[in-house]
Amino acid sequence: MTDTALVLTEVRPRVRRRRWLRRFLGTGSGVLGLVLTLTVLVLGVFAESIAPHDPFRAVGGPFQPPSGQHSMGTDDLGRDLFSAVVAGARTSMTVVVAVSAISAAIGLVVGAVAGYRGGLVDDGLMRVTEMFQSVPRFFLALLVVALFGSGLSNLILLLGVTSWPLLARVVRTETLSLREREFVGAARALGASNARIVIGHILPHVVPAALVIIALMGSRVILLEASLSFLGLGDPNAMSWGLLANNAQSFMRVAWWMAVFPGLAILVAVLGLNLLSDAINNALNPHVRRRRGDRPQPV
Amino acid sequence: MSAWYVLRRLLQVIPAVAAILVVTFLAIHLAPGDPIAALAGEGGDVGYYQFMREKFGLDRPLLQQFLTYVANVAQGDLGNSYVQGRPVMDAIAQRLPATLLLMGAAVSVASIGGVVLGALAARRPSGPFDVGVSTTALVGYAVPVFWLAQLATLFIAFGTGWFPIQGMTDLRANYSGISHVLDVAHHLVLPAFVLAVSEVALVSRLTRTGVVQEMSSAYVTTARANGLSPSRVLFRHALPNAMLPVVTVMGTRLGYLVSGAILVETVFAWPGLGRLLLTATQTNDHPVLLGLVLLVAFSVVAANLVTDLVTAAIDPRIRYD
Repeated sequence: MTDTALVLTEVRPRVRRRRWLRRFLGTGSGVLGLVLTLTVLVLGVFAESIAPHDPFRAVGGPFQPPSGQHSMGTDDLGRDLFSAVVAGARTSMTVVVAVSAISAAIGLVVGAVAGYRGGLVDDGLMRVTEMFQSVPRFFLALLVVALFGSGLSNLILLLGVTSWPLLARVVRTETLSLREREFVGAARALGASNARIVIGHILPHVVPAALVIIALMGSRVILLEASLSFLGLGDPNAMSWGLLANNAQSFMRVAWWMAVFPGLAILVAVLGLNLLSDAINNALNPHVRRRRGDRPQPV
Repeated sequence: MSAWYVLRRLLQVIPAVAAILVVTFLAIHLAPGDPIAALAGEGGDVGYYQFMREKFGLDRPLLQQFLTYVANVAQGDLGNSYVQGRPVMDAIAQRLPATLLLMGAAVSVASIGGVVLGALAARRPSGPFDVGVSTTALVGYAVPVFWLAQLATLFIAFGTGWFPIQGMTDLRANYSGISHVLDVAHHLVLPAFVLAVSEVALVSRLTRTGVVQEMSSAYVTTARANGLSPSRVLFRHALPNAMLPVVTVMGTRLGYLVSGAILVETVFAWPGLGRLLLTATQTNDHPVLLGLVLLVAFSVVAANLVTDLVTAAIDPRIRYD
């Protein structure tokens, strides 16, 4: 009796995890998303060792087209564009990770409390969430950057405290359904405190659904940061893809590579996170995936 | 659509508007330095600062300042831009039509193109056309719009020479009448299509999903059993019913569309709000910046409201809960 119970608890999660993983990796797009995201992440983390040159220092003649020596060419000041793109990955990943951490913390707390408590607390928190959702982030960011200065930390803080509403809503919905489940009732019967139930029993089940939203949020944040730096509102001391694209704008006729590569890097990073988010979502809801390929019933 | 729903939905506008007013007011007052610098920007002279100080009651208590601010915003009067030497709203009103034209053209392209592509893709799910459209949509949705604009400049405008590279009119030729309209339309093609790409991607995906779902429902089977042609079933029966989510989602896209327009305008030197905004940030013309932010924020709230009401009017199943 005890033996079977032991075997069950040991084996079942692993089998389930493997099936989940297979569903995730079974789609080619999931693997592609993972590869693209990891590539950008690795570029960002090991930027110093990967970049062949200092992105701010002239290392060759200006406007050299891509070649063996400078794989993405050089810019108007003779700086190596590949090194700049790698440094841009560092900036972009810093922003994404920091913003995700802030908004994940807010979104998880707001969503879990609203969903678990229900009633007036839920109503109040959801109204606040809607308020945050109705303010256009891009324009708020413009104003804040203009008034408070264009440092990276200002941008991270602003995007962090404005990016959580969607996550909070998803976490709330998940929590609402989870709190009625037997295992939560069992934990409550065993005398677990509310905090313990939410943190130990509910949130672990919310994590996959939250990851779908966080990945999606990350891709929006990359685009927002790039758009702001493209308008010249980014941190002037940090190399970023948007800044590079902005600089390219003045030399479109002479140096196509200055416009092509930074934008390509943004596309890779955004596409990677979008695909990753889709793949996690499909792995979580296999019925959605199956239905997608469904043909209309022949009459 | 019950009166109760309309009332509840209208009441929801109040906290949204309040949030916009409080957040912008706080931003002005929490900014480092004198609020007059945040409100009026740098580079003005003493008389101008005095004018703006009085306009916003900056020597009075904070609560009173807030009320003055709300009153000014309600009247659409944010004082003068020192850089432009005229009221903020005049400066915005002058640039608004060009941006609206660009956005309108992009939305038209997106709704027609997206719906047609989505419906055609749904005819044979997982077929080659469907896979092609879905893949393109995936990329189109991830691509930064300013990069797309740069690529269009590099490879279409420079490459073929079929389209002008910048601006809204040909400055050398002094067209009038119908040739002026054609000239503007010629300049509009590239920016509008570039701005439309991500919306086409979104609309085609939504349409496709909706149509595939509708095609498996009972009324479609009935229509087919009655001997209607496949295209009639698709376009007259399934497609209209699949349009609801498209309307809902497009209505919430205004904010994205304006920010996209601003980026596209920057690349193509389109003389709209984007150029105004860029000049305002470069010259620290804060009143203009504030006016733009408020305009867009309020428009987004209004667009969401209209979308919800329209959706509820089209679909009687929607109820407030």
